[in-house]
Amino acid sequence: MGYTSRSLELWRKNAIMADQVQLATFGVTELEAQHALDRLSVRDVDYADLYFESRVSESVSMEEGLVKRASKSISQGVGVRAIAGEKTGFAYSDELTKKDLEIAADTARYIANSPKGDRAVPVPAQRRPTRDLYPVERAQAEAATPDRVALLNEIDAEARRYDSRIKNVMASFNTEYKVVAVATSDGTLVGDVQPLSRLQITCIAEENGNRQVGSYGGGGRVGFEWYREENRHLGYAREAAREAILNLSAVDAPAGVMPLVLAGGWPGILLHEAIGHGLEADFNRKKTSAFSNLIGKRVASDVCTIVDDGTLPFRRGSLNMDDEGTPTGCTTLIEKGVLRGYITDKLNARLMGIALTGNGRRESYQSVVLPRMTNTFMLAGESDPQDIVRSVKKGLYAVSFGGGQVDITNGKFVFSASEAYLIEDGKITTPVKGATLIGNGPEILTKVSMVGHDLKLDNGIGTCGKDGQSVPVGVGLPTLKIDEITVGGTQG
Amino acid sequence: MLQKQTSIRSADAVNGTYNQLAADVLARAKDCGATEADIVVADGETFSLQVRVGAVDRLTKAREKRLGLRVFVGKRSATTSTSDFSRESLERLVSETCTLAKAVVEDPVSGLPDASQMAQDWPDLDLYDGTILSTETQIEWAKRGEAAAFAADSRVTNSEGAEFDSSSGRVVLANSHGFVGSYKSSSYSLSVSPIATEPETGAMQRDAWYEVQRKFSRLASAESIGQEAARRAVRRLGARKVATKRVPVVFDQETAGSLLANLCSAVSGYGLYKRASFLLDQLGQTIASNLITVYDDGRMAGGLGSRPFDGEGLATSKNTIVERGVLKSYLLDTYSGKKLGLSSTGNASRSVGESPSVGPTNFYLLPGVKSPQDIIGSVKEGLYVTDLIGFGINMVTGDYSRGACGFWIENGELTYPVEEITIAGNLKEMFKHIEMVGSDLVFRGRIASPTVKITEMMVAGN
Repeated sequence: MGYTSRSLELWRKNAIMADQVQLATFGVTELEAQHALDRLSVRDVDYADLYFESRVSESVSMEEGLVKRASKSISQGVGVRAIAGEKTGFAYSDELTKKDLEIAADTARYIANSPKGDRAVPVPAQRRPTRDLYPVERAQAEAATPDRVALLNEIDAEARRYDSRIKNVMASFNTEYKVVAVATSDGTLVGDVQPLSRLQITCIAEENGNRQVGSYGGGGRVGFEWYREENRHLGYAREAAREAILNLSAVDAPAGVMPLVLAGGWPGILLHEAIGHGLEADFNRKKTSAFSNLIGKRVASDVCTIVDDGTLPFRRGSLNMDDEGTPTGCTTLIEKGVLRGYITDKLNARLMGIALTGNGRRESYQSVVLPRMTNTFMLAGESDPQDIVRSVKKGLYAVSFGGGQVDITNGKFVFSASEAYLIEDGKITTPVKGATLIGNGPEILTKVSMVGHDLKLDNGIGTCGKDGQSVPVGVGLPTLKIDEITVGGTQG
Repeated sequence: MLQKQTSIRSADAVNGTYNQLAADVLARAKDCGATEADIVVADGETFSLQVRVGAVDRLTKAREKRLGLRVFVGKRSATTSTSDFSRESLERLVSETCTLAKAVVEDPVSGLPDASQMAQDWPDLDLYDGTILSTETQIEWAKRGEAAAFAADSRVTNSEGAEFDSSSGRVVLANSHGFVGSYKSSSYSLSVSPIATEPETGAMQRDAWYEVQRKFSRLASAESIGQEAARRAVRRLGARKVATKRVPVVFDQETAGSLLANLCSAVSGYGLYKRASFLLDQLGQTIASNLITVYDDGRMAGGLGSRPFDGEGLATSKNTIVERGVLKSYLLDTYSGKKLGLSSTGNASRSVGESPSVGPTNFYLLPGVKSPQDIIGSVKEGLYVTDLIGFGINMVTGDYSRGACGFWIENGELTYPVEEITIAGNLKEMFKHIEMVGSDLVFRGRIASPTVKITEMMVAGN
């Protein structure tokens, strides 16, 4: 059964868009949106939606002590989607006229005309977003260019003041102001305003021909004033400089299997790669994930409880609602070591008959919705972080990471340390050069023997890529001990 | 002086009208105080069709257009872009761009290339195919590719799908020197991603194979792509870790291509002038073994990286980057060239919304004479790498550490598949220790390499 005109009535009743997010923002009337959804209302279509998006992105960047680049990008468009069984028809347009909506709708519904009968399953009922996790005024979200220029100049000065061996400072400040509205065939018309910003700093240190790099940054769904609170921006500058200087004295990293202690915060990228992607519902519906069929099974030691939480105020990975209009939530992925649940979007929740978790996300109106993480972190344990380090005779202590990647199907994941030290006889000693760590997702967390009481979320720098789509995410971790992992250094 | 206001006529996507639109925007920018400006307009159509386990999974279709504007007010500059081509919106964009430019500091080397450097004329590089494929044909291609993977081996039990993509588009670049250039291009691709399962353990492995061509008629058969994808997935079954050890490492075409991409980044102007490359101040120096000769050729007919002029309107050409191990040229645009006291090499790459950066055209390693079998045959004990994951490359120092999988070589033969290992070294040393280069160069993208062998790297496993 496809959806019927009854849903349109529902849709009107549930139209609770925030005052500032009317369809009129997009030059579209409710009638036109309704008309497009009507065109999608053919036999076999289980669900359809329209996603309107307007985005203004701005960037200023500095290098060699000069803020010499500024850019601004404006985009607006609509993505139109029809779902029939497992099939998705999708079209998008950067024109928002009635005619363009019709063409997009006709393209999207093409899949319903493809042969092959499909079972119709009702879409799970939706709640409505009633909160604002990131109440940021537009003027604060899009700070005046001279203010952003001043911020970068102060960062340059601070990093160079930190140590005269800092020879170049590259910093960029990016903001994005996104307004979205989602109209769906299951009776939702809902909108959101999603500000996002990020400060990124890279320092190059040079001494006697040895050149090293250090990076630091942060951000979130915050206004400009956040960066100046307690001179946060200057703290970031010092951290980037410190890492670069530290790496001047780093020795070659060891190679082979050894114990690993991860510091709290950004090293939570471990969770994102090792288990997060593997628990996205699409891979599990298709049974292409190393975690397929492991619900209820032990995949971690009992000190591990891991959640994906899209509801943390002002966080980079947070959203009032996902890109299908579903309010985000906090989903327990692993509870005391046992696999509890997947993160879902509407298509996969419906086909798998499991709960809708509000993780349907898309990079833009030009991309299809996929189940994606928001903020993924491990809850605090009971160990003292110093005891955790003391418990290691010979191993690695990793504080900061570049990026990571996972092969969903065989579960093998990597993440690359950018600041790490040797642990010798329970003490953190010599800094080592960056090295890639590799492990097996369904197995690695069974080797977690100690979890610190010091849960820390990252500063807001993460961007996750999947199927060529980038979305902002967060991670978090308490200090953690993994009894053994393969460290990819050069010293045997 | 009284300011004359030029108005922008609205444009539609009919061929030719973007030239007028570009001229109008440039004139308007001048009115707003711009001393120089350039504009890129790109539009195109994309179609993407994904089939999974025999049925259509996703169909995507769209037309897109975008306009990017860069203005210079003296030595200050800013860049903007929009998808809204309405007259009011573009007039606002032009004035905002000029305001933005006035907010940043002067950069002495900024500016357009000299008018005398602009490309005058250019050959047809055979980049466009007018073939319009029906939706049914594209579904058929994807289905045949996936079906061939399933038919190839009974251990292929599942699939991440097969995807057929086609796109075509046009780029118009114009600047205040009066340069106007445009070209059309298209691409057709099929990729197949099967999953193989080990019957005894149920362990799964995924791999993929693909092909991309600018002309539909040049695409390999769907069947051959599906079969190769199946072969690659099945051969990974039963993979295991190996002991930590220093051994010779052979990189297949795909992974050798990634090493070449690392080299490409290291010789790109922006990293060099920021002192963020491990190949600083090496022009004329030996940076690789004498088996290494690398070209960047923007004029290769039908090439996936070919373009008649670069992102600033300079003619592209064939440049020698490395000749018998000696670094002969960097990849530069006007800005990074000036920073290094050199001329642009015609490698400005321009995404619509950003100021130019540097990118390769068709960047490749000249093939040698050895077959891949000969190269593997030369290894007593070592690793044949077929896939790399992760981002463990430090471009400032050259330090290299990545996750790998492939096959263990014993006495010149591939034995069993290996996974969950890393390979580590330093790119500076790795390029100097390439001791064999294969004869098997094939272009599957803009960067391509034959098989190569590196004398020794650290493999970390058990």
